Amino acid sequence: MVLEEKKKIEVYDTGGPRLTFSYGPQHPGTGHFRMIVTVSGDTIVDLEPDPGFVHRGEEKMAEYKTWITNIPHLERPAILDAAGMVIPYCLTVEKLMDVEIPGRAKYLRTIVAELDRIASHLYWFSLYGVFLGHTTMFLWCVNDREFILDLSQLITGQRFTHAYYVPGGVRNDAPKQVPKELVKEFKYYYSRMIGREPSQEELSEDFSKYVLAVTHFMELRLDHYYEMFFNSEIFLERVRNIGVLKREDAIRLGVPGTTLRASGVKYDTRVNDPYDAYPFLKFEIPVRNEGDCYARAMVGYQEIRESLKIIRQAIEQMPEGPFKLKQHPVVIKVPKGEALGRAEAARGEIIYYIVSDGTDKPYRLRMITPSFRLLPALKHLTIGARIADIPPIYWSLNYWPVEADR
Amino acid sequence: MVLDQFNLTRRIPKKTSVFGYTLAYSKDIIEAIVEEVIPDDEREEAIKEYGLGRPVKVIEGGDTHYVLQLIKNNSLIRYIVNWGRMASLWPAHLTTACCSVEFGAVSSSRYDPERFGWIPATGTLRQSDVLLIEGTVNMKMAQRVRLIYDQMPNPKWVIAMGACAISGGLYAKDSYNVLQGLNDIVPVDVYVPGCPPRPETLFQGLLLLRDKILKSRLE
Amino acid sequence: MTWERLRKIIDDVKEKFGEDLVREVYVEGKIAKIVVKKEFIVEVARYLRDTHGFDHVKGVTGVDLSRLREGGGPYIEVLYHLGSLEDQELNDVILNISVLLDIENPTVSSLYSIWPSVEFHEREVYDMLGVIFNGHPKLERILLPEYWMDIPPLRKEYKVPGRE
Repeated sequence: MVLEEKKKIEVYDTGGPRLTFSYGPQHPGTGHFRMIVTVSGDTIVDLEPDPGFVHRGEEKMAEYKTWITNIPHLERPAILDAAGMVIPYCLTVEKLMDVEIPGRAKYLRTIVAELDRIASHLYWFSLYGVFLGHTTMFLWCVNDREFILDLSQLITGQRFTHAYYVPGGVRNDAPKQVPKELVKEFKYYYSRMIGREPSQEELSEDFSKYVLAVTHFMELRLDHYYEMFFNSEIFLERVRNIGVLKREDAIRLGVPGTTLRASGVKYDTRVNDPYDAYPFLKFEIPVRNEGDCYARAMVGYQEIRESLKIIRQAIEQMPEGPFKLKQHPVVIKVPKGEALGRAEAARGEIIYYIVSDGTDKPYRLRMITPSFRLLPALKHLTIGARIADIPPIYWSLNYWPVEADR
Repeated sequence: MVLDQFNLTRRIPKKTSVFGYTLAYSKDIIEAIVEEVIPDDEREEAIKEYGLGRPVKVIEGGDTHYVLQLIKNNSLIRYIVNWGRMASLWPAHLTTACCSVEFGAVSSSRYDPERFGWIPATGTLRQSDVLLIEGTVNMKMAQRVRLIYDQMPNPKWVIAMGACAISGGLYAKDSYNVLQGLNDIVPVDVYVPGCPPRPETLFQGLLLLRDKILKSRLE
Repeated sequence: MTWERLRKIIDDVKEKFGEDLVREVYVEGKIAKIVVKKEFIVEVARYLRDTHGFDHVKGVTGVDLSRLREGGGPYIEVLYHLGSLEDQELNDVILNISVLLDIENPTVSSLYSIWPSVEFHEREVYDMLGVIFNGHPKLERILLPEYWMDIPPLRKEYKVPGRE
């Protein structure tokens, strides 16, 4: 079906009275984040973001806890992809300690990080759908995400807050067998959703073959999502040509992640500053040029496909060997100095700056999260738009309030 | 109280429909309501008190006194009213921190909560029964939580989900901005432990709340 | 290769501005930092933006150095983490510039006129450490609650009420 191009909405200031209201912290559309909006008629004239409703003081707390007991705290900001929040911490501490981790640990870290990235993107799409009125997308995505979380649970022991990473490796090894009940449930779900029975070799209890079966199933489901949601009128009418962010503005405002790639800049920390097993794997970076809400959603969709490719290659190439450097005591001492480390979480680039004093606790730990860097873009894009455009713009940026407030 | 507004024991109209007739003259209902006269020295406080147990003014032969109408302990109405309240609990939508991800996962069809009548209505606060507080409550957010609790109409219940809502959790000693447990601002009915709690744990908390409502006194 | 390019940039800046204004901290693979005297921060920043192509700021950090055992003192250090997106070689590294401020009266001029992406980061450093940025369009509280009346919490003299 052919859609007409919408005209750009300009600021229509009647000169009449203005109304200021609070798009408040109790709102099903925004979560725990508040925006103070000033309108004139139906057009937004000014928007002031008001974060701080989930500020728990992580940076001050990190100075009271040792290097390893800090890890469950640092996962909690973006709880959906806990791997993405802890990897740069481990990289920075390993830089300060001057150690190199074994090969099997690198591949295990990559697999769990990509599983968390897929789970986070699926949750993003489910919320994006339900707040635009498309409830089926919510139920389908949240259900499919359960099988990805089961894989994560088999490797690490927990659904999403696993604390699986330590400076020096990972905590446990991947298993060899998958329980029988899980394979039966997967077979039932597969036959209901795809419409045919899975082939016999996909239903084995060996761990690597089960992972390959789940990735194949996810790829077939991604085609269904495209037909049902990304190509339907409910979505396209509200999202085409809304919130256009041009290339110069995206660079000048310093936005990270999916937003940057949807505006035409090809930048990904996994390729530009590689870590773990990424130098040995082949994948591409999806880039689009339009910069509107549709482009951001499609970049996220393509990233799920690339993540599935990475998992498949990593499972096949994983070497044997130890998965941790040595058995750490709970209290380790890190030599003096300062270092900077970064990685790519699901939403963008995370930077850690750590100053160490030679004792068993950090002196200063600073984390610069991608959601905090998206605030100038939120302010820039909503001025001039209409009130009904705030949900598509807000959800397409993938702003997570807990991560911005830490 | 449910029957207070109809005031059935005082004014029963002469010509009623069949249903009204059976309801009004039903022995169970008339016997179920017991009146308790409030003594004179407690009268001032009784007038100021509002809520479910509101005193009713009765004028009889030139003499005013105040009574409190209560339903007796075992009766059919109590069961029916409590059953109606427990079987369709609608939560108010207030995401407060990390546990909200687990709540979103619980609403899926693998762990179906709609079979218990729990429909996640993203509607207004005036139509919800349960306030489900998931996760850490900040000092800045605590004022808003109390406002939201006050805006919900009676009857209402509170479930505290997650270790941070019970006692401060992971942030108990070292944080300067976290409320140490929800007990300080709202009265809590059910505590669900975990960080974050598994979906099965949240269901156990839900079933405990249903039990509690079914066996509670009707005020 | 890119760390060598950074090395050349740092040498170029030191040559242009002189040894008494600019000092360096450079450990290859870990950190590349230029420490600038506080009155000349705006000129050094403009030079880095126009000549070498650093076009955005990834974040601003404040560190309270009063309890550090070696190299500490009554200072607050404010660091800017710079990055470049247009230049293909400089995509891979981060250059830091920093100023040292007196802990009794920490004021410095804001870099908002050069890089608009520092707006919310400078507000956070003001909130958490009490540093005043002259020339910032709206320097207000951003993360702490509205009624916070204590000293800024990330200073070392602030003790968290639970432990001590």
